[in-house]
Amino acid sequence: MSEQKFRTCTITGLKVHGPAESLIKANIITAVIFIAIGGIAALLVALTRWPAVHLLPAHWFYRILTAHGLDMLIVWIIFFEIGALYLGGAVLLNARLAAPRVGWLAYILMLGGAVLTNIMVLSGTSDVLFTSYPPLMAHPLYYLGIILFAVGALIGVLLFFATLYKARKEGVYTHASFPLVTFGFIAAGMIAIYTLVHGAGIFIPTLLWSMGLMNMNPSAYRLVFWALGHSTQQINVAAMISVWYLLGTLTVGMKPINEKLCRTAFVLYILIISVASEHHLLVDPVFSNAHKIWNTGYIVHLAVLGSMIHALAVPAGIEVALRKKGYTNGLFEWLKKAPWGNPGFSAMAFSIFIFGFLAGISGVVFGSEAVNITAHNTWRITGHFHATVVGGTTLAFMGVTYYILPIVFNRQIIAKNWASLQPWLFGIGLILLSGGMMSAGVYGVPRRHWDIVSFGGSPFAFTWDPTVYMWMTVMGIGALTAVAGGVLYVWITLGTAWKGKPVA
Amino acid sequence: MSIYAPDKVWWKPIDREEKIWFVLAIIWMLVSFFFMPLWHVIGKQNQSDESYRVTTDQYAELAGKFRDKYVVKDEKGEEVTINGVAVVHPPPGGDAYIVARMWSWQPILELEKGKTYRVHISSVDLQHGFSLYPLNINFMAIPGQDYVITMTPTSSGEFSILCNEYCGLGHHTMVGKMIVKD
Repeated sequence: MSEQKFRTCTITGLKVHGPAESLIKANIITAVIFIAIGGIAALLVALTRWPAVHLLPAHWFYRILTAHGLDMLIVWIIFFEIGALYLGGAVLLNARLAAPRVGWLAYILMLGGAVLTNIMVLSGTSDVLFTSYPPLMAHPLYYLGIILFAVGALIGVLLFFATLYKARKEGVYTHASFPLVTFGFIAAGMIAIYTLVHGAGIFIPTLLWSMGLMNMNPSAYRLVFWALGHSTQQINVAAMISVWYLLGTLTVGMKPINEKLCRTAFVLYILIISVASEHHLLVDPVFSNAHKIWNTGYIVHLAVLGSMIHALAVPAGIEVALRKKGYTNGLFEWLKKAPWGNPGFSAMAFSIFIFGFLAGISGVVFGSEAVNITAHNTWRITGHFHATVVGGTTLAFMGVTYYILPIVFNRQIIAKNWASLQPWLFGIGLILLSGGMMSAGVYGVPRRHWDIVSFGGSPFAFTWDPTVYMWMTVMGIGALTAVAGGVLYVWITLGTAWKGKPVA
Repeated sequence: MSIYAPDKVWWKPIDREEKIWFVLAIIWMLVSFFFMPLWHVIGKQNQSDESYRVTTDQYAELAGKFRDKYVVKDEKGEEVTINGVAVVHPPPGGDAYIVARMWSWQPILELEKGKTYRVHISSVDLQHGFSLYPLNINFMAIPGQDYVITMTPTSSGEFSILCNEYCGLGHHTMVGKMIVKD
């Protein structure tokens, strides 16, 4: 490797490997383009579910909802995560990316898969929603697109591990332990590998089934699908918490209080969290109660314990760092004087708050075996996972973007004031959106439903408790606010990447 | 710092604050642990443990026989229907079958308050979600699995069944009814 391929970052002093930089840029920009597509879909879906607007016709609602789920849950997040893994593997260790060409192969497979799946959805041949539960069948190319994407992502994750190996072997990184953020990304990467293998395990048979080559058992599909569908969300959790530690360091100079405990928490995720997927099957036939309680109660609480550890470690680390800056008056001066105008900090703070209070607690409650009867497939679930994946992961990723742009893209953020506002709009929007969904869901309002007012003219239509409409309006207002925050994010990120002034 | 190499030795004792938090978290988790099996003893509403593998044809046949045997007839001997869906009065203590099909729930069960029934739920085509309004009780209706829920209605009146799992373009029209008499 030649020395001139490296550039020294003037902010962090990190050495940035040129080919790694190009790949991180490509993955992040593609992620942002897909969050823009998914965001347009989000707006259309929210405006349809808001009874006062009811925008789209039924078939377009389900079609756009399919695209929204895929582009956000899979495409945006995993593209961003692959970019983040290259950052945590190469840039943070001052190392080179092991094999940039393999990285480009992964990128092309992922992009090809994402584009193919989107085309199949928009062509109207694959209105199967994100879960594509058989016997509901999509066009074979839909499944092929997902397989290509998953294979590309798997290659990207393996490249991350190869990069760590090379950094160690070539003597670039000599310490016995990796930095905590890299350690967290390793956890995310390990979860990603078994998750994506499950993805192949379910979508390859489903592809063959859609081509008429084999049979598919709907219950078995659900079991294996959720080992992909939910475990991908655990990649997000591990990556998001790593990003919290990263942002904590970059924004206020935070140090983990106890490395041992933080790292143990990540290990709990790796070991336990795949079993958590089964809480999607709590009101399924087939499984016994004892099995459900064991998998989703006893075992999963060990993963929750991991989250509880981070739930103290991250805010406590931030408090200690801010107190060291001299904000020691009273209990909360440190919180008042925190850099709320720094989008990296406010995004992290909102992400921690929304993930901790709205998402985490609701998840543990809805995932307990008895309560799930009143939550399964209602809007409570949709509210829960918008708090986790959007309010938690997406907001954390937005926050770290404001650091990736100067460090990796070597550009100064355009429109700094708008950037300061962005996490606030997005965060408050998400609180209203998730709160509205979960509250309406308490009354039994279903998820994935085009018309809860007249049920498409069904003679059995009934009238909801009127409180439902108030909560749906809260959801609508939250959605518009969050979309405004999303528009700012896409504009600032793409604008900075394209036209921002160089840092040095 | 989280982004730089940690101290040479980072396996250090945990300090008091984190220990207290950790212990509190464990206690909360243990309470939550024990409540799940405990609820099966003290709770009045719980998961069903009973399900059978069937083909969709077998299930449709079972449900058809049940419907023909217990369908409610008026004084002229004609079947009572609501919006074209038959009303069926199963024997208390006996089995009752609900068929989920794109996009209806059939038949309309007429149950008696305080009596116990074995209500079978399954689908004969796609996956559907059984959701009872206004009680907000939800179960999956999956083709190939006969899900048996033992239930005792504790309040009378008319209840709606809606589908809360996407099942094609008419999904939102899939509404049914259940009646509980005093």
